[in-house]
Amino acid sequence: MRPPSMIRDPMKPFKYLLLSLWSLLVFFPLWTMVVNSFKFKNDIYLDPFGLPKAINLLGYKTVFENSPFPRYFLNSLLVTVASLALILLFGSLAAYGCVRWKSRYSKWIYLFFVAGLTVPIKIGSVNLLQIMIKLGLLDRTISVIPVYVAMGLPIAVFTLYEFIKGIPGELTEAALIDGAGPLKIYSSIIVSLIRPALATVAIFNLVPIWNDLWFPLIFIRQDSQRTLILGVTRLFGEYQTDWSKILAVLSLSCVPVIILYLTMAKQFIEGLTSGAVKG
Amino acid sequence: MNSSSKVRRESGALWLLFALPALLVYAAFMAVPVINSMRLSFFSGSGYTLDNFVGFNNYLRLFADPEISARFFKAFGNTWVFFGINMLVQNTIGLLFALILSGKGFKGKGAFRTIIFIPVTLSVLVTGYIWKLILNPQWGALNIILTKVGLGAWAMPWLGDPRFALTAITLVSSWQWVGLPTMMFLAGLERIPEELFEAAQIDGAGGWLTFARVKLPLLLPVVGIVSVLTFVGNFNAFDVVFAMEGANGPPSYATDLMGTFFYRTGIAGQHPVGIPDMGLGAAVATVTFAVLFAGVLLANRLMNGREAQGAEPMARPAAEGRLRA
Repeated sequence: MRPPSMIRDPMKPFKYLLLSLWSLLVFFPLWTMVVNSFKFKNDIYLDPFGLPKAINLLGYKTVFENSPFPRYFLNSLLVTVASLALILLFGSLAAYGCVRWKSRYSKWIYLFFVAGLTVPIKIGSVNLLQIMIKLGLLDRTISVIPVYVAMGLPIAVFTLYEFIKGIPGELTEAALIDGAGPLKIYSSIIVSLIRPALATVAIFNLVPIWNDLWFPLIFIRQDSQRTLILGVTRLFGEYQTDWSKILAVLSLSCVPVIILYLTMAKQFIEGLTSGAVKG
Repeated sequence: MNSSSKVRRESGALWLLFALPALLVYAAFMAVPVINSMRLSFFSGSGYTLDNFVGFNNYLRLFADPEISARFFKAFGNTWVFFGINMLVQNTIGLLFALILSGKGFKGKGAFRTIIFIPVTLSVLVTGYIWKLILNPQWGALNIILTKVGLGAWAMPWLGDPRFALTAITLVSSWQWVGLPTMMFLAGLERIPEELFEAAQIDGAGGWLTFARVKLPLLLPVVGIVSVLTFVGNFNAFDVVFAMEGANGPPSYATDLMGTFFYRTGIAGQHPVGIPDMGLGAAVATVTFAVLFAGVLLANRLMNGREAQGAEPMARPAAEGRLRA
């Protein structure tokens, strides 16, 4: 008798057909966006799917030369990098403290963090708006940073706690005997050991932070302070008919994430799938 | 030993110090605002200051005021439809993809996995805008294609017709997020020991029977997690409607969801006044939270409380999958 895995699968062509059709459905909108961003207006209407007959770089040129979008891009970069750095630093310190502190208080602190996994922070928007007004942060790019850090900490503490707990005690004992304090052990040993977990935490916070619309939308109105995604919301009001510019901006706003994703697809899929649990 | 006794003496306060920065930020910008927003649902005021205690008045308005309650129940109903279609389309397709990809020796698994997941990494606002262009009634790609293949009669103003608009934006949402259930089901299927399939096949079970009797029962916990995630995500959805239709959920509130209704009442202010009614907004947020809480609790009960309630049973399987990999 043949082993079961050798049995031929009569459904195989249909499976490939289905997946290929879906792939087409994934690429089609992206293709339309990128390809038309290089076309002249008339060609967009005449032939919306084909390659451009003549390359029109005007859309990209106006984005880079005479528009607030480079500024928006830098604002988004600042917000994302600062938030991720603080999530990783505070999250790993807290996880390390919770693991090493053997008392019921540390368990409570850990559970307090983990409780945040199921609560969408949007629920607190009304009070957060008041807090930002009180702190004088309304209309400032940096207002979203503390919110993103708070939002990222539950999953960071949860992931890093499990990871640090798995580190064998012998690895830190030698340093302890050499007279290293807890902070020294954290910075010289723990951080390098948990690097893979830090990467996972960074990835599943990176995408939601970079792509977030809600908090910039409710905190920031002033033009120069907008993030990239908030800036994109202005497109349809202002450049009503300038399709090559609209499509150029849309294409450019996807580029950083798509490049990162394609270089580290496996880590992204694993990170975001587990991070999604956060809801 | 000098150093170890030093560490022991330092412990309590020192370890608390390690947790302190995270605790402060998390408490000040998440825990307290969430609880405070619920408290604020019992207040009214002008503009951004809420200082007038009104008891359950905001809830009374939400449920009984003819105009407000009509909007609220419409948005509430729409959100359930949004959730229902997503469960049916997004999660069924996700399961189907996972079953195909998990087939032994299926070639191209890595490439298809990467492609299916691409939209998950993109901004909902950007994909929403692109689909809005594709669905444009005059020159959008969909109607052009329909006309070209002789189905011109099917060319519709998809986003402008109350009969289709909600379904259209829901399908865009399914398109975007189908990668998540696919990967979660795939991880679940790959955890099932190979011998179980072989045993089933030796017993003469075909593909369908193996699915119904072996795979599906073992996947039930993942089905639960995926459902809860879809539920929580859908009751917070905002971006997709905002991008494709605008914050008013047109046409005639056909695409108004809890997220957009909350935005209009509590944050942006209703047309034409433009002044937010933050107390009422806080009440909407609190109702959303109560619905989510009840839903998650029910799901945990259904997934039979083998584990303790709370966040951990939901978070654990995914986290385990990650740490193993």
